[in-house]
Amino acid sequence: MMSRNRVIPGFGLSLGYATLYTSLIVFIPLAALAAEGISLGGERFWAVVSHPQAVASYTLSFGAALTAALINLVFGLLVAWVLVRYSFPGKRIADALVDLPFALPTAVAGIALTALYGRNGWFGGPLEALGLKIAYAPAGIVVALTFIGLPFVVRTVQPVLAGLERELEEAAASLGADRWQTFRRVLLPALVPALLTGFALAFARAVGEYGSVVFISGNMPYRTEITPLLIYSKLEQYDYAGASALGVMMLLFSFLLLLAINALQYWSLRRQGGG
Amino acid sequence: MNWKTLIAATALGLVVSTPALAAREILNVSYDPTRELYEQFNKEFVKHWKAETGEPLTVRQSHGGAGKQTRAVIDGLEADVVTLALAYDIDAISEKTGKLPKDWQKRLPHNSAPYTSTIVFLVRKGNPKGLHDWDDLIKPGVEVITPNPKTSGGARWNYLAAWAFAQDKYGSEEKAKDYITKLFKQVPVLDSGARGSTTTFVQRGIGDVLLAWENEALLAINELGKGDFEIVVPSVSILAEPPVTLVDKNAQKHGTTDVAKAYLEYLYTPVGQEIAAKNYYRPTDPKIAKKYADAFPDVNLITVDDVFGGWQKAQKTHFNDGGVFDQIYKPSE
Repeated sequence: MMSRNRVIPGFGLSLGYATLYTSLIVFIPLAALAAEGISLGGERFWAVVSHPQAVASYTLSFGAALTAALINLVFGLLVAWVLVRYSFPGKRIADALVDLPFALPTAVAGIALTALYGRNGWFGGPLEALGLKIAYAPAGIVVALTFIGLPFVVRTVQPVLAGLERELEEAAASLGADRWQTFRRVLLPALVPALLTGFALAFARAVGEYGSVVFISGNMPYRTEITPLLIYSKLEQYDYAGASALGVMMLLFSFLLLLAINALQYWSLRRQGGG
Repeated sequence: MNWKTLIAATALGLVVSTPALAAREILNVSYDPTRELYEQFNKEFVKHWKAETGEPLTVRQSHGGAGKQTRAVIDGLEADVVTLALAYDIDAISEKTGKLPKDWQKRLPHNSAPYTSTIVFLVRKGNPKGLHDWDDLIKPGVEVITPNPKTSGGARWNYLAAWAFAQDKYGSEEKAKDYITKLFKQVPVLDSGARGSTTTFVQRGIGDVLLAWENEALLAINELGKGDFEIVVPSVSILAEPPVTLVDKNAQKHGTTDVAKAYLEYLYTPVGQEIAAKNYYRPTDPKIAKKYADAFPDVNLITVDDVFGGWQKAQKTHFNDGGVFDQIYKPSE
């Protein structure tokens, strides 16, 4: 009944295609993962996923991913702002540089960052003299995840920021708002949905990251061991079911967090629409 | 050229090149540190095969972490031969896929290991901390670099060599466990693989000693930092036998059984043995071994079978979840 009144034709076909596509690419592989994990049976599944070493790794993986995404939220916005609002020599190059973390193989990023932040690296040496250990410590993991997550925030915020009309700010100024008020009350609310999307993408990317982290983290059990590494070490014992069980837990946590971010986004959109 | 011509040309190209594709090829799935070895060996073997039979042959090579490579073969990568780090990995292929018989290791001489290696210490120039044997490694202030035995095959050899020393020296398993626990407390970084550890030690400058495959240590000395490092040979070490075997069912399917067998056997000939020795693996042929004796110092070598009752058992006791290695890091300590 509904479909008869659609303005754009081909609703049934495109919905069917979208469903098939997401099933093939996303749902079926994830269902296979879940099936493998559940094949362990409730008691053994719980023993694997509630092992103290596993719990320590979730805290680290999700903690570091959230921290990195938060850092990117602030500094990604700043970078996007600079790239949209100012013109300066080399702007095009700076703009292109933002995408590099996308293109670079993550292992290369990991090795480069470890070289930089290691004891004999350019940053690592002076920082260690100050008593700050970056490489082979949780801080190193945050550095790597911040690096790979930066483009997500910049690239989602940039077009929205570019689309905001200057007249809005001028109107705010002429109505007596100072610059901080203009930013807080006029610009930021318009940017919040894009910022949240960028944050969610950067976070999701960071949670699953393996290649760059294993080089800089040091992989010490209970201290700097991320969940993907634990999964990898289970595979080394040909424990496919145990590895899948940890995978299922990561999926579950990620899904809940992404759901929460989506809810936040929905709420901010509604509030904006209402205000 | 418009796109129609392009498609036609491509189609024609495919037709024309099809006969060339019919030349046989074999796939050798190997692990990381054998990259250079098989690059040279494949060239020699292709030449040899052409001279013997007149048949052109292509040998394809795949390298990566030993565990990952094994899982790829289990999950369907159609290797004609595998040349891996541990008998345990090939056992897993046999057990999970049935593509080769259980007693595969008896099919070729020397437990199917054409070349061997061992674990040595790589120390910084002049050996400033005076590290000569395994018990020196647990002296206060010594930093030891080894990869993580949970993720690296090479690291398991390091661990077992240290354990064998301690069990022999201190007389009991309990004391060997104490030693291993102390040893791993001196490890500041557990890289996920052997090459990662070499990088940490050589490039990052971390640690006083790197526990390494002899071939990796020699490579580090000769190619990464001549004069910056020295090799120390401990009183006891472990005989590492990286095994090779035919994956019967894959080779049958490809019709390559004869050439795949010849390929593995060629590893045992003087030509194959020389290539192994030049790539810092210990040759098993006594004549070639004698020729390269200077490069490979005498070590008292124990085997996994003698001390640990085989890889299956060693893996289960020491490295599987809840095993001895996991207990070292229990936070209650």
